Parts: sequence; C-alpha cells; structure tokens
Amino acid sequence: MDGSRNDVLSGEQKIRNFNINFGPQHPAAHGVLRMVLELDGEIVERADPHIGLLHRGTEKLMESRTYLQNLPYFDRLDYVSPMNQEHAWCLAIERLTDTEVPRRAQLIRVLFCEIGRVLNHLLNVTTQAMDVGALTPPLWGFEEREKLMVFYERACGARLHAAYFRPGGVHQDLPQDLIDDIFQWSEEFPAALDDISGLLTENRIFKQRNVDIAIVSKQEALDWGFSGVMVRGSGMAWDLRRAQPYECYDEFDFRIPVGKNGDCYDRYLCRMEEMRESVKIIRQAIEKLDACKGQDVLVRGKLAPPTRANMKTSMEALIHHFKLYTEGFHVPEGEIYAAVEAPKGEFGVYLVADGTNKPYKAKLRAPGYPHLAAMDHLCRGHQLADVSAVLGSLDIVFGEVDR
Amino acid sequence: MSQALIELSEMIGARHEDALISAEVKNDELALTVTTAAIVPFIQFLKTDGSCEFTTLIDITAVDYPERSKRFEMVYHFLSMTQNQRVRIKVPIREDEIVPSIVELFPAANWYEREVFDMYGILFSGHPDLRRILTDYGFRGHPLRKDFPTTGYVEVRYDEVEKRVVYEPVQLTQDYRQFDFMSPWEGAEYILPGDEKKEEA
Repeated sequence: MDGSRNDVLSGEQKIRNFNINFGPQHPAAHGVLRMVLELDGEIVERADPHIGLLHRGTEKLMESRTYLQNLPYFDRLDYVSPMNQEHAWCLAIERLTDTEVPRRAQLIRVLFCEIGRVLNHLLNVTTQAMDVGALTPPLWGFEEREKLMVFYERACGARLHAAYFRPGGVHQDLPQDLIDDIFQWSEEFPAALDDISGLLTENRIFKQRNVDIAIVSKQEALDWGFSGVMVRGSGMAWDLRRAQPYECYDEFDFRIPVGKNGDCYDRYLCRMEEMRESVKIIRQAIEKLDACKGQDVLVRGKLAPPTRANMKTSMEALIHHFKLYTEGFHVPEGEIYAAVEAPKGEFGVYLVADGTNKPYKAKLRAPGYPHLAAMDHLCRGHQLADVSAVLGSLDIVFGEVDR
Repeated sequence: MSQALIELSEMIGARHEDALISAEVKNDELALTVTTAAIVPFIQFLKTDGSCEFTTLIDITAVDYPERSKRFEMVYHFLSMTQNQRVRIKVPIREDEIVPSIVELFPAANWYEREVFDMYGILFSGHPDLRRILTDYGFRGHPLRKDFPTTGYVEVRYDEVEKRVVYEPVQLTQDYRQFDFMSPWEGAEYILPGDEKKEEA
C-alpha cells in the first residue's frame, strides 16, 4: 500500500485485494450471515458465505420427539411464513398413513398458506427496497403484515409460532367473523399493494439498483437447484401448486407470473404479482368455505384427538386423548418426500419412519439453502453495493437455511 | 403416475443393469438403490437422457443405520421439470468408504455434500471445498450420527474474568430426559418385572 517515491512503480500505489467481513451483524444480511468477501476495488471477486450461526440442530432434536411434538419446530424454520412449512410436515405424515383430510380443513390450509405467501412476499419486497435505500415501503408493508398476523392470532392464538396445521386437518375451525374479516381485508389489500408498487416499480433508484443485477439464466437456475420465484423470475413457469398439486390447489383459478430477464427486478415483479394471485386464491377459498360450514376440520381417527364433548361421555375417547398426547401416534414404516410450494421455493420434508412414534430421520429441504449456495456464483463481478440487493432478492431467512 | 414410474424404473433397469441394486415404487415415489462406484455415471445418465431429464438436484442427505454392515445410506433427490417426475437415489456405504462427489454435474451439490460431511462425517472425493458448514468453527464430532448425544459434548458461556466466550464440557444438573412413552403392549423391547418367563412360554 505504500507509495514511497523510489518505488519501481514510480509513485503509483500498489494495489492489493481487500477481504472484508459482511456480517454477522449487518442489517442487510437478513439475519446472521457472515460473508467473507474478496474485493478488487469495489468489485466482488469471491464471496464465501459462512452459515450456521443460527443452527439449532432441528433435525437431531426431531429424532427424539414424537411426530406431533415435532410440528412446532416447523414454525421456527422460516419464521416469516410458518404455516406453509407445517403443511409439508402434515402432508408427509398423511401420505405415509394414508389419511384423507376433510374438505373444510383443506380449504383452511389453502387459505392460510396463501396468507403466509403474502406475509412472506410483503416482508421480502419491502426489506429488499430498504436494502437498496428506500425506507417507506417497509413501513407500509409492515402495516399490512400486522393485519395478517392478527388473522393468524385469531385462528390459532399465536402471531408467529402457529402450530395450527395438524396431521389430519387443522387444530380448530375458524369463526365466521374471522372469515368475514379476511374477506374484507382481501378487498382492501390490492389498493395497499398498488401504493407500495407505486413507490417502487417505476422508481428510478430502485430500478438502477435492481435491473440487470444477478441475472439467472434458465440453465443456471437448473444447475444450482433453484426453486420458487428464483426459477419463475428466469422465465420457467414452474410452480408445485400447478405442476404437482397437493391439497385442493387443482380447484383454484390462479395464474403463475413469470419473469423475462431473470434479474433482481424481475423477481421483484414476480413477487408483487404473486401477491395479487394469492389474494385471488384467498377469495376463492373463502367462497368455497361458505359452502361447507360446520364441517369437522380434523379426521377423528388415530392421528387427531377426539372432540371435547365426546371425551366427556366416552372412556375410550378419554384414553385415546391421553395416549395421543403422551405416546403420540405411530407412523407405519416407510419413507416419503413431501414438498410444498413455500413462498421462497420448494420446501420439502424427507421423512424416514420406522413404525414407532418418533421419526427415524427427518431431513428438511429448505429453499433458501441452495439459493444462498449460489451466492458466490451470483455476486462475482458485481459491485460491493450490489451484494445486499442480490441477497435481498434471493429471499433468505436464516431460520430455514441454518435449521 | 405410478404406472409411469414403473415404466421409467424398468427402462433405467434395462439400461443400467450392473449399477442398479434394486428399484422400488412405493407411495407414488420411485426409489433406486445404486452401487457406490456407479453414482457419477448413473446420475449423469439421469440428467442427460431424454426420457429422464432429472436436471434439478433437490436434496442430498444421508441416513445412519448403526446396526447395518454398510452403516450409512446416501439419499439423493432429483426433480425433472420437463417430465414432472421425481426420483430418489439411495447408495448404501460403509463407514470408511469415500463417496464420489457430484459437484461436477450439479454445482448445487457443493453445499449439500458439505452438510453431509458435517453431519455424518462421510467423505467425498473430488469435492473442491469440503469444510464444515452448519456447526461451529472447530466443532468435533458429527451430530446426526445416532451415537452422538443430543446434548453434545461442549457448552459455551461468557467468562467475566477472561472477557471472552469459553468452551466447557457439558454439565447437566439433571439427566437429559428421554421418555419412553411406547406402550408396553406393542413394540416395547424391555421386559416388565414379573414378565421374565413370557418369552419361554
């Protein structure tokens, strides 16, 4: 670095590459990411993400707990859209045990999965805007998120860690006034979304920071194992809700927004459009819910507890209730991979059951994991300031990456 | 769905007879068990063959079966977006065996293989950067092995005297509680007092 005068380079400064730590306490790191960046001037030569600072050993813990006790761990993975992940766990168990979920429960699941998608995209889109310098969108977005969290709370009693989806259905039926309020919200929300869109979509600074940044081609998206918005932004209309429909998604009418260039800006546009589609699904789900009022929301078999009223009169029901919450239910021997289209991409559970009341092995396939793995590939040749824009558009939440 | 999978497995079986140990379609999922040596060419075939096109690597993990002679089982999941199919590849390996890496075929395998190395201690040949990924810097042991205790071996605390975080062996003021709720009437392995003669009868 010294520019001593009798240097061979005659006054010119020697230049060397600079290594910096991005995080672990960086506000644009979206949690606890430590990234070692090798810089040449302002150009990123190499990015080495160090993850695991939020590793809690979920998969190890799951091996010593019953299937039902494991359910709340799923809320703690991607804590921005908890119910979508519970869904994958419930689907895995239901497929292994051959359980048919009651229709009303299916519709409630779809309803809340889409609310989760809006929750997630609102957070992602607005914080990405914050990463590139805009402060207003997060404030507006969080106002809407707050309303949705209240819906979560009114359905299950918790704002984040819901534990609402249960193997065989959902924990409790929704009160009618809650359904009415969600419908009311779905009428008001598009206007709020237009406001946020008005701040960002044609914003000069936002476009300068996002257009042509981290372009992902179709081949790259396949090679790096991307899913969700990361492949749709690159022009592939791949959505598990459409391609491999689970629950009753095949009855719903919605479109799959697809990007053209595969850059950060297209991914932003996809997310905005997906929120509009989600609102459509929410409205359809509410309509369908009206048609099956009063139906049971749990299969009253071995997987789910008996009704309260039944427990007051039947000894067997009481025994079943006790056994269910102590021993838990047994899942027949076998293995299954159940995936859902979580807001961030394909969230999957690979479950190996050995016939006891605990999973022998559970592997959680988090969508953020392969996305972050491609960070080095995506950041190379970009400027240091683009790193946070790229990270924002990958939609990383460390609860699920570190597990 | 199931029929298509059976046809696919028969086609793969005919083309790769020596690589394939077994093929099974269960719960609408195709699982192929393959020998260690054949992993890379086999996966290459699945990726490039026109009737497979499993171009997306979904997941790599392993399962620990301490009682088997081939202790671990590598599990690969692939997805074909064009055929709309999934496939699971299973590879039984011994504890001391080194698995060929598939990073050359799928860059996404990089972190997945690092995770398997971290969690199970399985080594991969040809992996460019086989470091630990999820556990702490300087962590010892492989947490997802069945013989690794859930509580781990070390705990950390901030030391007011040394002004830094120190590592100490785990001290439990109370035993780690592992309840056995299994019903004694089904599947329990222990013998209840007074039941000792039941087996002989």
